Amino acid sequence: MTPIQRKIARHKSLDRFFAFEGLTVMIVALLVLLALVGQLMFDGLTRLSWQFLTSFPSRFPAQAGIVSAWVGTILVMLVTALAAIPLGVGAAIYLEEYAPNNWATELIEINIANLAGVPSIVYGLMALGLLVYQFHLGQSFLTAGLTLGMLILPMVIIATREAIRSVPPYVREAAYALGATKWQTVRDHVVPYSMGSILTGMILALSRAVGETAPLITVGALSFIAFLPHPPWQEAFPFVSFEWLFDPFTVMPIQMFNWVSRPQEEFHVNAAAAGLILLAMTLAMNAVAIVIRARFRKRIHW
Amino acid sequence: MQRIVSIGRNALLCLILANALTMPVENGHSESTTLIKVDGSSTVFPITEAVAEEFQKDTRGAVRVTVGISGTGGGFKKFCRGEIDVQDASRPISSGELEACRAGGVQFYELPIAFDALTVAVSPQATWVDSITVAELKTMWEPSAQGKVTKWSQIRSTWPDQPLKLVGAGSDSGTFDYFTEAVVGKAQASRGDFTASEDDNTLVQGIANDKQALGYIPFAYYEPNKKRLKAVAVDGGQGPVSPSRETVENGSYQPLSRSLFMYVSAKSAARPEVKKFVEFYLAQVPTLAPQVKYVPLPPQAYALASEHFKNGRQGTAFQGGSTIGMKIEELLRREAKR
Repeated sequence: MTPIQRKIARHKSLDRFFAFEGLTVMIVALLVLLALVGQLMFDGLTRLSWQFLTSFPSRFPAQAGIVSAWVGTILVMLVTALAAIPLGVGAAIYLEEYAPNNWATELIEINIANLAGVPSIVYGLMALGLLVYQFHLGQSFLTAGLTLGMLILPMVIIATREAIRSVPPYVREAAYALGATKWQTVRDHVVPYSMGSILTGMILALSRAVGETAPLITVGALSFIAFLPHPPWQEAFPFVSFEWLFDPFTVMPIQMFNWVSRPQEEFHVNAAAAGLILLAMTLAMNAVAIVIRARFRKRIHW
Repeated sequence: MQRIVSIGRNALLCLILANALTMPVENGHSESTTLIKVDGSSTVFPITEAVAEEFQKDTRGAVRVTVGISGTGGGFKKFCRGEIDVQDASRPISSGELEACRAGGVQFYELPIAFDALTVAVSPQATWVDSITVAELKTMWEPSAQGKVTKWSQIRSTWPDQPLKLVGAGSDSGTFDYFTEAVVGKAQASRGDFTASEDDNTLVQGIANDKQALGYIPFAYYEPNKKRLKAVAVDGGQGPVSPSRETVENGSYQPLSRSLFMYVSAKSAARPEVKKFVEFYLAQVPTLAPQVKYVPLPPQAYALASEHFKNGRQGTAFQGGSTIGMKIEELLRREAKR
């Protein structure tokens, strides 16, 4: 074997070693996840029933349910998405397409990156001071949704910017060459082409928000609510009602947290079952995003 | 055409937004009359949850009750700012909190609702220990024991020469405040080198799986785990007494039985539905507390508490000296301070 062959052989074995290592790490991570889900299923599957989904919390583990929690989670997520997505996508478009290249823009960019790493409890404390005490929004769906919205805003901005950046420059140049304005280019080309990746970013951000507990406890999430918020519709004009925004709220992770800390074993089973539902909700959210993304991708031809 | 449509859409959006913004002003008042806000201790939560559940059934949903778990300290902060109607507390109001309530203009009723017994527990494999004196507990837990008292044999010579692993409540919990005051003599004075957790289930695990461990947990957490834990009888001077519903009720489990409270804002109590809720609470708690593994107070105590609430006797009986070892009826008869 010549020295060069030996060198190649050594590099190849290094390559194989790296592939093996990567595979091992991935398998370990997947096994841990599988074990967690398995444990959750083992503990909670027996408790899942229609009654569990449609009952309010109760002191009797067998009668307790999660209806106020799952309705709460969906409504809080709705407010979060409505608050964070338009704002975040707008900010990202501005930063990528319009912002001048100067120190102010740079400062904003650094701050957004830093904000993405701030612990969630800090957002909770900020929301308590700002939304609850200054703006008097109360301990409501609106406060909760805006808090989580602020929490995921930096993530939305970063993901959207990455998505916009992946649209090749020649698309913009072609549009300009045909006489399109900047806004027309952005609206008709840049955003539609990057929609798939933007949506992926949104879903990752919302999936993080759905499991948050700490900031919501800080702004005043409740553990016992045996009534549903006001319905979002009404009989008279304008047929939509926003009363629910100011109703007190709870969410799934808080209900789980409360049950896990109870002494009776049966409540721990309830917590596991609620965990399964939360997992299913996250998966459903992801599925919707994947479908929408696939439809967007199908429409793009270049 | 397109432009007109989009203007119309924008106008609708503005209308909806304006609607949303004016909403809180319109609803603020009608809402607050039928909503009762309870917050505070997570230890008291199961009892209040049970009462709230029954109360909503009783009023057929006409009155809405929400219960939060901000903790005794966090709850008092909200209570003294007048944000909540009823505060659940696993310890009496502190002088600092009393000051805050005064500053916030919040007058209140202090009503005891049930007993909790702090249980000193070991693993069933720790065969050598059946009872312990308060003095021995103090030797274990006082701040000066830190780093020095590390073996069972240092507490009592007949106990084995094995490491002593202590497990207890974290310093944010009312349980920690009470235990240190009852055992060491000063609230929050404790050694720091023990395994601490705010989650009582973690404490149960820690004690059950280690035969060298000793810890204290609320009775409600000991009872469902009887098979995995052994309760140590505590000798407060009159011979060892094991924690149980009877020994707590008759006052012989001392000094580790404590009472749990609710504080009702006087302003809220003027509202008929809050008044009804508190009366319902005091009437139902003797039957509901045992269902969630707490020990009800003697009937005279509830009678006295109801009387105080009816006669408008406000303030706290806990200012001025320790109340450890005092019977609940004596406490209720003490002069209240506003």
